[in-house]
Amino acid sequence: MNPFQYVRPTKPQAAIDAVAKDPNAKFIAGGTNLVDLMKRGVMTPQKLVDINRLPLAQIERQAGGLRIGALALNSAVADDPQVRARQPLLALALNAGASPQLRNMATVGGNMLQRTRCAYFYDTSMPCNKRAPGTGCGALEGVNRMHAIFGFSDKCIAVHPSDMSVALVALDATVQVSGPKGPRSIPFADFHRLPGDTPEKDTNLEPGELITAVDIPDGPFTKHVHYQKVRERASYAFALLSVAAALDIDGTNTIKAARLAMGGVAHKPWRLAAAEQALVGKPATEETFRQAAAVAMQGAKAFKYNAYKLKMGPNAIVQALKTAAAA
Amino acid sequence: MSRVDGRLKVTGAATYSAEYKLPGLAYAVLVGSTIAKGRITGLDTKAAAGAPGVLAVVTHLNSPKVPGFDTVGKDPSQPATVGGPLKIFHDDKIRFNDQPIALVVADTLERARYAAGLVKAQYAQEQHQTNLEANKPRAFLPTSAQKNPKSPMADYQRGQADAYRSGAIKLENEYVIPTEVHHPMELQAITAHWEAPDRLTIYDKTQGTLATRRDFAKEWNLPEANVKVIATFVGGAFGNALHSWPHESAAIIAAKVVNRPVQLMLTREQMFTMVGYRPHTWQKLGMSATADGKITAITHESIGQTSTYEEFTESTLAQTRMMYQSPNLTTRYRLAALDIGSPIWMRGPGEATGAFALESAMDEMAYLLKLDPMEFRLRNYTDQDPENGKPWSTKFLKECYQAGAERVGWSKRKLEPGALRDGDWLVGYGMGVGTFGAHRGGAHASAQLLPGGTVLLQCATTDIGPGTGTAMTQIAADTLGLPPQNIRFELGHSDYPQAGTQGGSSTVNSVGPAVQEACLALKDKLRQLAATGNAAFAAAKKEDVVLADGYLTLSTNAAARVPYADLLKQVGGTAVVVEAKPGSEGQAYSMYSFSVHFAEVRVHVLTGEVRVSKLVSCADAGTIINQKTAANQMKGGAVGGIGMALMEHAIIDDRYGRYVTKDFADYHVPVHADAPAVEVFFVNQPDYHVNALGTKGIGEIATIGVAPAIANAVFNATGKRVRELPITPDKLV
Ligand SMILES: Cc1cc2nc3c(=O)[nH]c(=O)nc-3n(C[C@H](O)[C@H](O)[C@H](O)COP(=O)(O)OP(=O)(O)OC[C@H]3O[C@@H](n4cnc5c(N)ncnc54)[C@H](O)[C@@H]3O)c2cc1C
Repeated sequence: MNPFQYVRPTKPQAAIDAVAKDPNAKFIAGGTNLVDLMKRGVMTPQKLVDINRLPLAQIERQAGGLRIGALALNSAVADDPQVRARQPLLALALNAGASPQLRNMATVGGNMLQRTRCAYFYDTSMPCNKRAPGTGCGALEGVNRMHAIFGFSDKCIAVHPSDMSVALVALDATVQVSGPKGPRSIPFADFHRLPGDTPEKDTNLEPGELITAVDIPDGPFTKHVHYQKVRERASYAFALLSVAAALDIDGTNTIKAARLAMGGVAHKPWRLAAAEQALVGKPATEETFRQAAAVAMQGAKAFKYNAYKLKMGPNAIVQALKTAAAA
Repeated sequence: MSRVDGRLKVTGAATYSAEYKLPGLAYAVLVGSTIAKGRITGLDTKAAAGAPGVLAVVTHLNSPKVPGFDTVGKDPSQPATVGGPLKIFHDDKIRFNDQPIALVVADTLERARYAAGLVKAQYAQEQHQTNLEANKPRAFLPTSAQKNPKSPMADYQRGQADAYRSGAIKLENEYVIPTEVHHPMELQAITAHWEAPDRLTIYDKTQGTLATRRDFAKEWNLPEANVKVIATFVGGAFGNALHSWPHESAAIIAAKVVNRPVQLMLTREQMFTMVGYRPHTWQKLGMSATADGKITAITHESIGQTSTYEEFTESTLAQTRMMYQSPNLTTRYRLAALDIGSPIWMRGPGEATGAFALESAMDEMAYLLKLDPMEFRLRNYTDQDPENGKPWSTKFLKECYQAGAERVGWSKRKLEPGALRDGDWLVGYGMGVGTFGAHRGGAHASAQLLPGGTVLLQCATTDIGPGTGTAMTQIAADTLGLPPQNIRFELGHSDYPQAGTQGGSSTVNSVGPAVQEACLALKDKLRQLAATGNAAFAAAKKEDVVLADGYLTLSTNAAARVPYADLLKQVGGTAVVVEAKPGSEGQAYSMYSFSVHFAEVRVHVLTGEVRVSKLVSCADAGTIINQKTAANQMKGGAVGGIGMALMEHAIIDDRYGRYVTKDFADYHVPVHADAPAVEVFFVNQPDYHVNALGTKGIGEIATIGVAPAIANAVFNATGKRVRELPITPDKLV
C-alpha cells in the first residue's frame, strides 16, 4: 500500500473541495472496497478524504418517495421499516450482498461505486484497460466465467458487482450529487456507464462530485417483489447473475406494471425495459414470464466460459418473476 | 471432554507463529515473480532498499550462501533424489509464477509491504506449460516407480490387464479434479531467530517440529541439536505444513542478514502459489461387471500435476486396489511436470482424488445394472484385502452402511433420477466410501510428576486442530487415574521426546500409545521409589498404583500411602522423568480405517444451484478417544468435502501461467449456510492390531468419499453426471 494523507472534514463542501482540487484524492466511506483495492495496488490515492463525519446518513420520507443518505449503512437501509414497507425489493437486494459484517460498514454511496471484481482488474501484473488504459483486456480471451453478456466492448467485458444497484435501477431511483459546480441529480439508469472506449470510467460522476443521497419514488411495488441471486454458494458470494423483479398484479391476475433488471451481466446494472413491456397487460403466469425472459435475453452474447449465462439468465428471470408473483 | 486449549484459542491467548514479539523483531515481505518460466535479467531494488525503515532487500544477487543448497541431492550415501524443494534466492531461474524473487525486511510490517511494492524485475521469458490437459502426452512414471517396481506408485496388476474392455457390461469414463488449495485460517508464518551464529530457533507453522528441524539443520549444515522448532499452536494446516517451504528458508536467511529475529507471514494470495495444493488430476476408470452385480475388472489410471523441480506423488489409486473384490485390476499412476509450484498432500490426499473417480464409477455401474448403489457395493464387499490377501485387522464398513442409510433416509431414494422434487428443487441421494491406512509410527513421550501433584507429559508432536492435546490429556488421565485438570500435556517443541509429523491420520495411533506407556512407566517408577522401605509397594504391580491427592497409594491396599514429596526428595526434589517407546506391531493384517458418507442434495430446477441438505458421515475408525473432538474432525472433513464437490477450484490463466483466483472472493470454500448439521456415527470398535488403544485414525476418512457422495446425489436428483469437479451451477443449468 502506498503512503497517503488522510483528512476528515465535517462539512460536505470541504470534502468536495478536497477531492476536486486534487486528482489523486479519493473519498472514503466504509472503506470495504477502496482499502482492499489499495492493498492490492489497484488504486493508489495519495489522499483519502473520509466522509463519515458528514451528515449524510439519514433515511427520510419526502414528497413522493424516500431519500436515503449516501452514508446510510447497507444494513441500516435493509432494516429500515420505511424501506421494508415501501421498497422491499431494495431490502432484499441489500441482504443478498456480502456479509452482515460488511453490510455494517458499507454505505449506499460506496456500494454504487464499488468496482468490478474482474480478476484481471485486480492483478496489477495482468492487462486491464479499466485499471491501466491501453494495456488490453485480459478477460476477453481469458477466464471470463463471470463476465458480461450485454453492453460490453472489445476494451472491457467486466461486470458491475453490486446487488443493491440492480434494485435501484429497477426502482427508477435518482442519484443526488453535489460537486464543484453545485448539486445535480442523475437518473440511476444513467449513473453507471457502458465501457465503450473508456472502461476506466465506471460512472458519469465528475471529478470531485460527492453522492449525497439516493431518491426512490413511491410505487406500487410493495408486495410482489423478489431478488433472485444465483451464486456458487449459499451466501457471501458475488452473483453469477441476479434478477430484481417487481410486479403490480391486479385482482384478475393481470400485470399492471412490472420492473425487471439484472446484475452480473453488464458493466452496469441492466434494466430490461423491453421485457417489462412484454409483461404489462398479461396474466401473471409462467408462460408470460417465459416470453418476457426470452425478450430480455435478446442481444445477449457470450464468451468462451460464460455461455451458461445465456441459459441461466432467462431461467433466473422466470424464477424471480414466479417468486415475486407468489409473494 | 472439551478441548484443553479451547479457551486459549477463542480468547486470543494462544500464541501462533507470527505472534512471537521477540526483542528487535523485524518484518519481512516476499515479492513474487510475474512470469511462470524464464530468467531474471534485472532487479531494481534501490528504491525499496532506500525506503523508510528498510533493513535489507535479499535477492539471488546478494543472498548469503546457504550451505545445504549445494549439497542437497549430492550425498552419494543417499538414494538419488527425485528433485527437492525450491532453493530460494539461489539462482536467476523462474520455475513458477509468483516464485519469490526478493524479500524485503523492515522495522514494521507496513514499511516492508510498501517497500516490497517498489522492487522491479526484468525477465527473459520462456514458454511455460501450466495446462495439465495439454501436457498429458508428456506424463511419465514417477522416478520412484521406475527404480522400484514394488513402489506403491508403480503399475499394478492382478488378473488380466485392462480386462474390463472385454466385459459384457462395462463403462469407461474420465474424471477430473481441479487444483484445490488448503487455505487454513492461519496463514503460513514463521519467526526466525539466530540466537547465536550457529544456533537457530524458529517459531514456525509446521505439522512436524522434528521434520522441520531436520530440514533446516541440513540447509545450514548444523547439528540438529542446534536448531529449535516451536509450534505450540497451529491454526489449521490440512497438509500444507507437511513440507518445508521456500518462505521458511527466506526468513531464516533474512534473520542472518539483518542479524535480528525476522517474522514472515504469507498473504492469502501467496498461499495459492507457495505452499502446495491438491494437484489438478485427470483420471480414467474402466469397469466391467456381471449382470448379477459382481465386478469383474477395473482399470484406474491417473495423471497428477507436479512441479518441474520436485516429483510429488500421492496414493490416488490405493483405494481402488483394495476396496472391492475385483479379480482383474490394473492401476497406472503418472505425473505431468508443469511450470508451477510443488503440490503437497491435502486432507484425504490422493485417496480423496481417487475416490471421486472410483465411487462415481461405482454409482454409474449401479445405474447400468439397475441396482441400488449400496446393494452393488455389498455384492462386492471384501472380507480380506484383495490387494495382498491379508485379513483385515478390523473392518466394520457394513455397520457404517447400515447406520448411514438409516440416518439419511436412504429408503426414500428412487433408483430413477429426477424422481423426487420439493417445490423448485430436485432432491437426490448419494453415497461414497472412503478408506485410509491405519498408520502408526514410533513415538516417545515423557512423564514427570511435579511437586504440586500435576503430571507433566511432553512430546514433540503438533496439534494442527484435531485436538491432540485434549486426546492425550484424556489418555494420560485414564491411564494414571487422575482428573484431567491434573494433567498437563505439552507439545509442539522439537526438544521434546520424538514423534512423527502430524499427518496421515496417524497421531493418536502413534503418540497415544507412547503417552500410555509413559504413564505406566511413571507409575512403575513411582512404585519402585515408594518400595524403598515399604513392603506393600515392593510387592505391588504397576497397574495397582494409584495417584491421589498428593499421595501414592495402591488399589489393592489403601493403607499403603507415600506422599509425593517423599518420592520427589529421593530423586533430588524435582521431577520423575520417564520416556517410553512402544514396541512395533506385526504386519500380518491389513489395517485400514473406513468411512461412508451419505448425502441428500437439492438442485434448483432453473438455476442449477446445489445445496447439501443432509450429510451423514459414518466411520469405522477404531476406538474413539474423545467423542467431541472426533466428531468435530468428521464434520470438518465433511465440510471440506462439500467444498471439493461444489466449489473449490483454483484457476490458472494458461496464457500467463498465473492464477486468476487469488482470494476468497474468487476461490470459494463453504460458508456456514452451505453446511448442513453433519450427522456423525462411529462404530467405535477397538482395533488392537494397530495399538493398545485400538485407534485407527479419523482425519483423512472424514473427507475421502464425500465429494463422490455429493456428485452421486446430484445425479440422482437431476440425471446429470458431472465428472469434472467442482459441480457449479453453470454445469447443471
Ligand atoms: C468480501 C466481500 C464480499 C462482498 N460481496 C458483495 C456482494 O455479494 N454484493 C455486493 O453488492 N457487494 C459486495 N461487496 C462489496 C460491498 O458492497 C462494497 O465494498 C461496499 O458496498 C462499498 O461501500 P463502502 O462504503 O465501504 O465504500 P468505500 O470502499 O469506502 O468506497 C468505494 C468507492 O466509492 C467512493 N465513494 C464512497 N462514498 C462516496 C460518496 N458518498 N460520494 C462519492 N464517492 C464515494 C470511494 O471514493 C470509493 O472509490 C463485497 C465486499 C467484500 C469485501
